[in-house]
Amino acid sequence: MSDLPFILFSLVAAWAAIMVVTRDIAVHALLYLVVVLLSLAGVFFALGAPFAAMLEIIIYAGAVMVLFVFVVMMLNLGQTDRDRERHWMAPGVWIGPTLLSGLLLIALCLTLRAMPPTTGSDTLAPIGPQTVGILLYGPYVLSVELASFLLLAGLVSAFHIGRDTRATGVNSGTATGDV
Amino acid sequence: MDALLLPLIVACPLLAAGLLFMSAGRMPPLPTCVIGAGSVGLSALMAAMLATGFLRTPPPAGALHATLWSWMQVEGFNTRIAFTLDPLSLVMMLVVTGVGFLIQLYAYGYMHDDPGIARFFGCMTLFVAAMLVLVFSSDLLSLYIGWEGVGICSYLLIGFWHTDTANVAAARKAFIVTRIGDAALLCGLLLLATRAGTLDIPALLHIAATRPADLSAETAAFLLLGGAVAKSAQVPLQTWLPDAMAGPTPVSALIHAATMVTAGVYLIARLHPLFASVPAAMTAVTIIGLVTLLLAAGSALVQTDIKRILAYSTMSQIGYMFLALGAGAWQAAIFHLVTHAFFKALLFMAAGAIILRVHHRQDIYQMGGLARAMPGVFVAFLAGAAALAGLPLLTAGFYSKEMILQGAWHAAPLLWAGALLGAFATAIYIFRCLFIVFFGTRHTEPHGRTGATMAMPLACLAVLALTGGWMEMPDAIAPVHLLSHLLSPLFGAPMPEGPTWLLWAGSLVPLAGVGVAWLLWRPRIQTRAPPEDALARLARAGWDFDTLYDVLIIHPFVTLGRLNQTDICDRLSNATAATARAGGRMLGRMQSGQVRRYAGWIAAGTVVALCLGARP
Amino acid sequence: MNATSPTQALLLATILFTIGMLGVLARRNLLLMLMSIEIMLNAAALAFIAAGARWHAAQGQVMFLMILSLAAAEAAVGLAIILRLHAAGRPTLDADTGNRLKG
Repeated sequence: MSDLPFILFSLVAAWAAIMVVTRDIAVHALLYLVVVLLSLAGVFFALGAPFAAMLEIIIYAGAVMVLFVFVVMMLNLGQTDRDRERHWMAPGVWIGPTLLSGLLLIALCLTLRAMPPTTGSDTLAPIGPQTVGILLYGPYVLSVELASFLLLAGLVSAFHIGRDTRATGVNSGTATGDV
Repeated sequence: MDALLLPLIVACPLLAAGLLFMSAGRMPPLPTCVIGAGSVGLSALMAAMLATGFLRTPPPAGALHATLWSWMQVEGFNTRIAFTLDPLSLVMMLVVTGVGFLIQLYAYGYMHDDPGIARFFGCMTLFVAAMLVLVFSSDLLSLYIGWEGVGICSYLLIGFWHTDTANVAAARKAFIVTRIGDAALLCGLLLLATRAGTLDIPALLHIAATRPADLSAETAAFLLLGGAVAKSAQVPLQTWLPDAMAGPTPVSALIHAATMVTAGVYLIARLHPLFASVPAAMTAVTIIGLVTLLLAAGSALVQTDIKRILAYSTMSQIGYMFLALGAGAWQAAIFHLVTHAFFKALLFMAAGAIILRVHHRQDIYQMGGLARAMPGVFVAFLAGAAALAGLPLLTAGFYSKEMILQGAWHAAPLLWAGALLGAFATAIYIFRCLFIVFFGTRHTEPHGRTGATMAMPLACLAVLALTGGWMEMPDAIAPVHLLSHLLSPLFGAPMPEGPTWLLWAGSLVPLAGVGVAWLLWRPRIQTRAPPEDALARLARAGWDFDTLYDVLIIHPFVTLGRLNQTDICDRLSNATAATARAGGRMLGRMQSGQVRRYAGWIAAGTVVALCLGARP
Repeated sequence: MNATSPTQALLLATILFTIGMLGVLARRNLLLMLMSIEIMLNAAALAFIAAGARWHAAQGQVMFLMILSLAAAEAAVGLAIILRLHAAGRPTLDADTGNRLKG
């Protein structure tokens, strides 16, 4: 069974995702999220996208998760936060969202079944970084530009929002509870 | 030159009206009167010049035309503002400007200390201008302008003393009742315009004369008749005229006796080929005339207010004219219109002079014995009463009424009998009024004198009321046919005269009426109280047409309005608004401001969209 | 690995997406909601990769890159907001209290 890694990675990813949404300690959830991302990288690899798998590990599981870690550190969470999370996650809270998510899952699965079946015979040959790179700087150069703009905008807005107004004196009086 | 004079005759009073309205009452009474009466006098002068020129050298086509401008010109319809002077409008022009001038002169004496004199003269001159437009128009649409113009002036002048609610109510009543007729007239005009494609009177008459009358022509004739009936205060739209006496007396003399109320007669005479081609309409005109003539004469017999007597008398006399029109005696109708303008204006002005002298009282039973106190007014009133009664040989009313009686005899002897009965009643009621007012014991001491500006027009009109009939006489008396000859290009040859005994009957019946009046109300046995039995009360209330209309039309309408006080029709739109508001509030509740709730809605929407998309 | 079916990958993407949505709907902590959104984004990215594998086209990975940059920007802004809220006196990061847009 050559798709054994795929199935394994899949199971790990699903399980870790469930763990992410049910943890009451933020750092635990974050670590499970890293597991999800890493196993997804494995899935990508199994689907023949090694470039995407590498990026998933480096950027997602690396850079973005580090951001999260920093934030969790700065929030300085403790026992009270954990109790509050427990309180917020009373079993009754889960009924509605589970129902809705289940419905969505069923609907999506039905849609998937309605899709024409794949041939399955042709092999999933890997698509290397070279092909992706040529495509990126060929017909999709505009989307690369757009992505760079998006990142720039994110950078600027993160700077703007995160600016310490108390230090500069702007909105000094009304900063509390104003966001 | 003559064609230029024609618009000038109209423009003169129109300009004066504009000037008087713009003076906003800041002008002293004398200049106001000079402008008002002077402008009408100037028109009268020009009219006289025009008339002499017209009579001396008649224009080639028998009529003068002056096209002012083209009003509207669209595919298949063309309307011009154009004036025409033919024999009929010549006669009307002379009456309107001549009598109008005399009444304006009289009005100065009557109104000179009224604070609203500028408004009064403004309305009066505007009225004269509108009436002249009505008379001159060679197009029914511009005639309609004049028609509505005289209507609005009548409304303004009836309610001239607008601080009294009764006067305002009378004005409104006159306006609304005539409006019913105006609406009918407008519908008739629109029907004619759509069917004939033109409103030019000669063209219309040509079509009416050459084409057999179809349903639309009949309907149009009846609609026009509706307009004429309302304007001329004929049954069943006559109820406004007695109440219109709430206006100042010169107004009653000019508008509600001499000119405006005869506009209906003029309209039918002007369009006589159209009416003649629809026998049913002619019959209706005859019946309306006869019924009005008898009912109004009956009402006039028991009235106590001197002006109301004259108002009912006016209705009755216009009934004569309608009778003549229905009988096809067009010349007789126009002749009576002219003489009626003379003697009825005279009667109103004499009544006004009396009213001024007896402290604004109008009840004849409070007057009495005034002959010695005001002999001049008495003579004038006597002349007018004699003309109205149609006392033989001497008076104008005799000749015109005789001509109508002849026409009625030719149409149907029954009509003649009815008209004769009306003449009998006419003589009784006007001499009843005369005997009660001028003879017997004096009940109110008159004061002051009748001024020269009032006496002069009275004298002029008294002469006209007596001699004005000599332009047209039966052959048995003298072969004078000035008016018939003048009008014959329009109306054709006059009817042949009937047997001579008709003349005798027509002469003796008014005399008998005067005799009856003398027997009943002569000074010695004069009863000092009006009759009070049920029939008299009914007749005094104008046969209770007002009550009938109240029950039939006004009460249902008011009830309907009361039912609709809560705006039933608005319920639908209000319900729509309420539904929208409730729906908005419900949707607003969805906007809880909580991100998770929004995410839930998005998810639910996604599910629904997927289910819908996956269904086929 | 030739038997690996893109349909199975799509199934995994569906499951991940649903789990992420469950997290967004059920958690009240903004930080945890943000993490759930990351899961959902990854599910979408997986769907693109699977589609690219299905048709053997590199465009799927191009789109994955787009999603990656999108996720990075989103994380940056979202985390900045969280920090700002925390600094401004809302240490609980309760998503339900931020309801000033209530209609």
